[in-house]
Amino acid sequence: MSDEILDGITQIDCDVLVIGGGTAGPMAALKAKRKNPKANVVLLDKANVKRSGAISMGMDGLNNSVIPGYATPEQYTKEITIANDGICDQAAVYRYAEECYPIIQELDSFGIRFQKDNNGEYDVKKVHHIGTYVLPMPNGDTVKKALYRQLRKSRINIINRYMATRLLTTEERVAGAICVNTRTAEFLVVRAKSVIMSMGAAGRLGLPSSGYLYGTYENASNSGEGYAMSYHAGAALANLECYQINPLIKDYNGPACAYVAGPLGGYTANAGGERFIECDYWSGQMMQEFHDELQSGNGPVYLKLNHLAEETVSEIERVLHIVERPTRGHFHAGRGTDYRKDMIEMHISEIGFCSGHSASGVYVDENARTTIPGLYAAGDMANVPHNYMLGAFTNGAIAGEDALDFSADVDFAEIDKDAIEAERARVLAPTKRTDGIPPNQIEYKTRRFVNDYLQPPKVTAKMQLAQQRFEEVRDDMENHMYVRDSHELMRSLEASSILDCADMAASASLYRTESRWGLYHNRVEYQRDDENWFCHTLLTKGEDGKPTSRKEPVKPYIVEIADDEKDAYNKQRVKATATAE
Amino acid sequence: MPLAHAASTVPVVVNDDLCIADKGCTVCVEVCPLDVLRITDLLDGRKTAHMKYDECWYCMPCEADCPTGAVTVNIPYLLK
Repeated sequence: MSDEILDGITQIDCDVLVIGGGTAGPMAALKAKRKNPKANVVLLDKANVKRSGAISMGMDGLNNSVIPGYATPEQYTKEITIANDGICDQAAVYRYAEECYPIIQELDSFGIRFQKDNNGEYDVKKVHHIGTYVLPMPNGDTVKKALYRQLRKSRINIINRYMATRLLTTEERVAGAICVNTRTAEFLVVRAKSVIMSMGAAGRLGLPSSGYLYGTYENASNSGEGYAMSYHAGAALANLECYQINPLIKDYNGPACAYVAGPLGGYTANAGGERFIECDYWSGQMMQEFHDELQSGNGPVYLKLNHLAEETVSEIERVLHIVERPTRGHFHAGRGTDYRKDMIEMHISEIGFCSGHSASGVYVDENARTTIPGLYAAGDMANVPHNYMLGAFTNGAIAGEDALDFSADVDFAEIDKDAIEAERARVLAPTKRTDGIPPNQIEYKTRRFVNDYLQPPKVTAKMQLAQQRFEEVRDDMENHMYVRDSHELMRSLEASSILDCADMAASASLYRTESRWGLYHNRVEYQRDDENWFCHTLLTKGEDGKPTSRKEPVKPYIVEIADDEKDAYNKQRVKATATAE
Repeated sequence: MPLAHAASTVPVVVNDDLCIADKGCTVCVEVCPLDVLRITDLLDGRKTAHMKYDECWYCMPCEADCPTGAVTVNIPYLLK
């Protein structure tokens, strides 16, 4: 019988453990290994590194490339600071901006091509409000294959189908991780001198409007383990109230890709076919305008391409139907939607945590270090705002090199045997029952309450109700959840991460008593309050086992923002006179 | 209390005639990010891949990586 639950536990040791083999993880592993080819670098994934993560089917381009001649690190840092409403430790953004160009060249050397113009220069497009950073990738469907080749060549030790469930720590630092096989339920304890977490967004937090649990914007395997594990290990998480919410193709729930269509003349329009936002770059302020238009008599909202020339539409189709979410083509065909004739109905996504697009992530510095020594985070789960795919690669590289250095200076930390036994008992508890509630129902209920009570606009009393409901679901999960095989066991662990993230989302949102980041943290009872809330909020696990938050000052800016630039992203709406014409 | 079975139509469809699971191929099972595919026995004794769990992100590695073109990813009914 497949997926049988077996009893077993193995231990391995390594210098650097990388958890998550999507985008940041492979680059982190490569950089660590290249820095010291003798080091034992393990790359672990609950799926298969060949096709795991947000870029499973590739990507259409780089959204945030800082290429000499087109943009400067100063300009990019300024743009992201403004786009993220001022709450930004610029050092990490600036370092990214400085180091991303060599990473582009390295990806190029892996066989991932970037679009060039007739003069052989990178063909960078403007999508953001201020600068020019979007670089198309004509063979973007090959990214994962190219990365995998490099991993094999560098002899990275890849472990697929093991899901990390908890980090092991000492008083001083990280010691490793506990993992469980998703097909046999056997345990693996990895003792590691340093650990890099690159486990993606918390993408299965809100429920998509289709009601299908896996019809999420993010790869549905990104269920927030990175956030939950960091939390339970005692690391700080930053600005979780700055949710990820994205404009997507309605029902299909994948990106309509204004970043692809925008430079070619496509744009977001209302039902009358009129442009209502000046800039299609995803920000909280843009999402607020999108939300307002959806709710208004001008809604719904569409991606408009039907005014473009045939060859332009064909080119957009070609790109959108081979990379990132290629089933887009099947979806449109099924409904008879033709980009040439019809506008494409859009909607807003469910909420999630993701720093790749917003700013909700594990708190890290410019070296990708978390608040726990030896523990690193990179990619969508690390709070370097608006970091996207190239940020995952670049900050993954930074994490890999720094983690290798950390490992070189330390011996293995002591492993807490009691913690391992306690974790085994927690994980296996649902397998010891003879009946109860299946994980999919625990998950559905959690996520339905996330939609009912946490989705912005945010209301205090509703979020407090959410906390009560989550407590009841937690009681059910801890005492009555029932699984029948190892596959369901994986789902039960995901349900647990999702509930942890839901608790954190409610707690963080209640803590920041102001509105900021447009729709992402629109608290209807509070105005923006720079006097009291120009700060990060850091969430940790409190003494009582529940989330607690504190303020953390924003570090002094490296790149100054002039007063008349601060509001650039708050002026998204097309002027009334313009739309009336 | 026993669990009920709720029927659902699954998005990933495998053409049994093209599937070479009999020869030991498990490519689609290996690449699926959500691990929802498995190999099963057909009534005539041959093997084929099939979608065991209705937990699909309709992402397409199974279809793209299948060496014989046996796999088709459809849009899950609830959102198609």
